[in-house]
Amino acid sequence: MSDLSLGKLPWLRPVPSDFRARLKAIRASASEVGADATLADLAALLLYDLDIDKLTAADRVLTAAAPQATAASGLSRVRMALLSQATTDYIAPAIRASALRHGVLVDTYVPPYGQAMAEVMDPSSDLHAFAADIVLVAETAQSLGLTQSFIAPDDGRAAVDRAMATVRALVEGAPRGATVILQTIPLPADPWAGQMDRRAPGALAAQVAAVNAAMADLCDTHAAVLFDADALAALAGRSGWFDAALWQRAKQPFALEFVPLYGDKLAQVLRAIRGRSAKCLVLDLDNTCWGGIIGDDGVEGIAIGQGSATGEAYLALQQYALSLKARGVVLAVCSKNEEAAAKLPFEKHPDMALRLDDIAVFVANWTDKASNLAHIAKVLNIGIDALVFLDDNPAERERVRQMLPQVNVPEVSADPAGYPAAIAQGGYFETVGLSADDAQRAEQYRANAQRAVAMETIGDYDSYLASLDMVCTLAPFDRTGRTRIAQLINKSNQFNLTTRRYTEADVAAMETDPDIFTLQVRLTDKFGDNGMISVVIFRKGPEEWVCDTWLMSCRVLKRRVEEAALAVVAEAARAAGAKRLVGDYLPSPKNAMVSEHFAKLGFTEVGSIGEGGTRWALELSDIDAPDLPMSVTVHDTVPA
Amino acid sequence: MCPSPLFLRANLRTMDKASVTQELTEIFEDVMDLDEVTLEDGTTANDIEEWDSLSHVRLIIAIERHYGIKFSNAEIESLKQFGDIVALVLTKAA
Repeated sequence: MSDLSLGKLPWLRPVPSDFRARLKAIRASASEVGADATLADLAALLLYDLDIDKLTAADRVLTAAAPQATAASGLSRVRMALLSQATTDYIAPAIRASALRHGVLVDTYVPPYGQAMAEVMDPSSDLHAFAADIVLVAETAQSLGLTQSFIAPDDGRAAVDRAMATVRALVEGAPRGATVILQTIPLPADPWAGQMDRRAPGALAAQVAAVNAAMADLCDTHAAVLFDADALAALAGRSGWFDAALWQRAKQPFALEFVPLYGDKLAQVLRAIRGRSAKCLVLDLDNTCWGGIIGDDGVEGIAIGQGSATGEAYLALQQYALSLKARGVVLAVCSKNEEAAAKLPFEKHPDMALRLDDIAVFVANWTDKASNLAHIAKVLNIGIDALVFLDDNPAERERVRQMLPQVNVPEVSADPAGYPAAIAQGGYFETVGLSADDAQRAEQYRANAQRAVAMETIGDYDSYLASLDMVCTLAPFDRTGRTRIAQLINKSNQFNLTTRRYTEADVAAMETDPDIFTLQVRLTDKFGDNGMISVVIFRKGPEEWVCDTWLMSCRVLKRRVEEAALAVVAEAARAAGAKRLVGDYLPSPKNAMVSEHFAKLGFTEVGSIGEGGTRWALELSDIDAPDLPMSVTVHDTVPA
Repeated sequence: MCPSPLFLRANLRTMDKASVTQELTEIFEDVMDLDEVTLEDGTTANDIEEWDSLSHVRLIIAIERHYGIKFSNAEIESLKQFGDIVALVLTKAA
């Protein structure tokens, strides 16, 4: 059973336990901070997967603030009339709240219960006075008289004609200038004549299908927008969609648990009508477009293409991205990688569906992703809110959400099989029309995109790091860590200063060698335990401690773990009476990213070594204890 | 695979009147968007402004979802005061 059939919106993050407290805080500060700031805070809180009760509670804050909102809020305002013969009391708050999630501020008007048709027909009605710019026609099978099956095909056709006469009157009578959204009718879950239902024109299911087809035609001739509630019911599961008891007691046309799904899907359409749908899909590479780390595993080592389930999953994502490109969605890449390495699979791997010329902007560097995303939007000359960013790494997603809340960041699990669905169901690229021009658009963006090099640093990076609740634990080599230490020593290529390889036996010997200083480093953060992520080996001398090995997993780049490690080494060296630390950078085909490692840590270049290598030194007297955005635990650094 | 309702039932914590009252109060606060509500057996919709026919429907659905039970319309129509809900939950979910 999928999350969708439970009424969940899995592309949004699970609701935080302090939701009500946060909503309360927004409400309490509303008069102080003003409507625009209140709505901005509320929009951020709406980016979680909220049930109907939480959407309803959020809507109360929204409707209180909305009248005072200004153009500076950046929200697109919509006046929307809901025409339905069923109750709209449950969907209206959800529509308003979900629309704010998509940057649209909706003011709704609902005719008195049962009066929709009467108000449409009466030019002096409140409906016409409301001056709606969007009218939702949300009829039900019941309100259109689609409640009965017939043996005679003509009786079924007559029922369809009668239903369409009502629909046509509503669409044509809608206030002038308003865009009509016409909602289809969910097929009944329960059969009449079983397997014959699809074949007998008199069957209720066949009548509903005919009405839905006629509605689609009507949208073509009347420039209306179709909202496919039938597809929604199928997505959620027809057997759970219609709740007969709920209909009988509350005239609510579908189960309340699906109100959030309905609200968000409708909000996606509002956003599309307002021309604010996303335009560009930005893809991370390692473990997003292929399995593995290109910098470590190489072109031959990554998982992509037929032959393995994992490789097929990444291929399916690439093919989905191409299907979006075919209708005008621009594709971009944002990856923490060496650019040359990142491009290799696109150029050399035969099973890649994506090729370099599919990518309008290709950014692979070690700058933080929020800055790179802002750069991509700038190069493409589109808004930051037009970006959808797919990344397997929860820390990167969280960072982007914090720094650039306008970017659409679908939540995904670690299983790539779910990536296409997360983007598709998120509805970021919802559209109200398809044309031949769409196919050209992606190419035009690509042609226009220039690779501006300048990167702007966005936001306060240290406060982001502080928000990760990092705990860094440093300890000398020991029996427990031995296997993992050897593994890291033999596997790490990119963040590896010397690329020296040692066997597990070598590592075991170092545990008790008095002339060697060792560190194994672990890092946890609020997203979980990253495990052992760094290994450092120094050879002790009376004056100088020389770095033999310094490596780190690229997952924790730019977390300032290096500084924590350096502080521990420095303290030990100082305690042993040494005067300075010395380190070598030995270049390899894969470790260009650490060529400035020692420089960044305050070392001075003191000479060259071997082929293109550099030697660096740092006087211990020059080292101050760094102020680090993490809690640091150091275990006894003297080998037992 | 979802665990069967029987499995869920078997794992329910003790179902006594006090604990159900406590849980229902939390659900009630969530649904009505209220803080620190005191609900007694005799409390009715007349006593609480936010408790109207609309929010009552959401309340019932939220209770059904929480306990994994389903009320019939006849049962729902028989509910006159908060104590009736507690009693019904105790009967159906115990």
